[in-house]
Amino acid sequence: MLSMVEWLVEPLMYVFMQRALLAALMVGVVCSVVGCYVVLRSMAFLGDALAHAILPGVAIAYLIHGNLTVGALIAAIVVALGIGFVSRQGVIREDTAIGILFAAALSLGVVLISSIQTYAVDLSHILFGNVLGVSTADLWLTGGLGLVVLLSVIVCYRPFLVISFDPVLAATLRLPAGLLNNLMLVLLALTIVVSLQTVGVGLVAAMLVTPAATAYLLTRRLRNMMLVSAGFGALASLVGLYISYYANVVSGAAVVLTATVFFLLAFLFAPQRGVAWKAFRK
Amino acid sequence: MFRPEAARTERNQALSLEPARLELEGVSASYDGQPALRDLTFQVPHGGQVAVVGPNGAGKSTLFKVLVGLLPLRAGQIYIHGQPLGTHQDCVAYVPQREEVDWRFPVTVFDVVMMGRYGRRGWFGRPTAADKSVVTRCLGQMGIEQLAGRPIGELSGGQQQRVFLARALAQEPHILLMDEPFTGVDFATQEATLALLDQLRPAQVTVMVSTHDLNMAIQRFDRVLLLNKRLIAYGTAQEVFTPETIRQAFGAKVLDLQGMVVVDDCCPPDEHEHEH
Repeated sequence: MLSMVEWLVEPLMYVFMQRALLAALMVGVVCSVVGCYVVLRSMAFLGDALAHAILPGVAIAYLIHGNLTVGALIAAIVVALGIGFVSRQGVIREDTAIGILFAAALSLGVVLISSIQTYAVDLSHILFGNVLGVSTADLWLTGGLGLVVLLSVIVCYRPFLVISFDPVLAATLRLPAGLLNNLMLVLLALTIVVSLQTVGVGLVAAMLVTPAATAYLLTRRLRNMMLVSAGFGALASLVGLYISYYANVVSGAAVVLTATVFFLLAFLFAPQRGVAWKAFRK
Repeated sequence: MFRPEAARTERNQALSLEPARLELEGVSASYDGQPALRDLTFQVPHGGQVAVVGPNGAGKSTLFKVLVGLLPLRAGQIYIHGQPLGTHQDCVAYVPQREEVDWRFPVTVFDVVMMGRYGRRGWFGRPTAADKSVVTRCLGQMGIEQLAGRPIGELSGGQQQRVFLARALAQEPHILLMDEPFTGVDFATQEATLALLDQLRPAQVTVMVSTHDLNMAIQRFDRVLLLNKRLIAYGTAQEVFTPETIRQAFGAKVLDLQGMVVVDDCCPPDEHEHEH
């Protein structure tokens, strides 16, 4: 028993692990809550695209010695609103608009990065995450932005619910659907930027989708889905980080794999909806 | 089906609205780039109940979408209470066809009906006790109060339809639009919908219902609007259903239908009390 406690406490002796845990927990919760809308509105592709599209922003910020997070944020918002604008014209479908803008932004990022001769560790951290290198300033930024996102989701719960579930009712009630959709895109962009430090560009989409999909299988109301999703996100971050500490593997990947295990369990055994549950009932 | 007189009176008081008047002047609209409505001019009086009939692709759904502001007008103007569309909030409720809704969304029946209150009571803060009692009453009116806690994805088609009717009621609209509420639903839902029309009549709620069932249109509605991209005829069933108008609306295939429609022995809708 004592050894179990020691096992849990030992990593916390290090300040960098304390910060890492805190950051991972915050990111896990914010990603999982926003992820509910990503899952319900089929925006997984959009989330993945946004994550990759921040690359030019980061590269430019690096070139002008600016703040990388701010650069990422600006790029993500520009691309998110750009996708919204192009697809609203109705000339091409949204997923096509995403494909075009995302590939363009990614290519621009690669061109910029390859032009930087001395491109340093920071950029690879953006790509794969480096939760162990979280600074106190990063922690404040993550906490602040995360809080903004969560508060917006709570305050806009009903408008977001209606524009997601029934756009026709939204129009009947004269909701500013365009504005709300843009707000949701901006919140998604914020979430992605906040998550980069822990899971990196490559794996943000998984943190957005996997805990929310797990919660979807286990709940029947949006509010409960968000709470359960946040719980799974936090738990996956915690467990993943311990695994990464003891097994000495990349932390972002460990977190995502843990979340995936939770999903598979729900996929198989969720009451009524699980594959194994259904097979067993027959 | 149970419909206590007291509940009806209470509802009528809750709906003590100024009478709704709906006017269209030269309205044209297109759907997916194709012209779907051409130069529509008509007027629905206070508390009138209108059946909208016409062949598939006649623009019935387009008309409703234009009326709730989902599709822009290409020409013309719509007035509600004598004022242009858009100046009123929460005045028009719309029950869409069931295919237009994402039934896998994690919401309960109660949640969906409560959405009808959002426009009225603000988008933020908690629903009041009054909102909850309106929701409960509307669920009861449609006979689905025992389903309140169920996820909508688990309901039958008819039950889903009644959820959306209850939500439209919870909006306490002046004008209620229903797109094909009688298509593909069970008998109980059809009866609940017809009973609802009877309750809305003394409350002076203006109702427009699109339907394929011409006999229903004749028997249950004050007026019939015969549509085929343009207005073919509008008035009482006797005025509207003549061999020429039917041929204009439905084309050649109607000749066998015609016998069924023109047999005109129906009684006024009010004498048709439904007790079950």
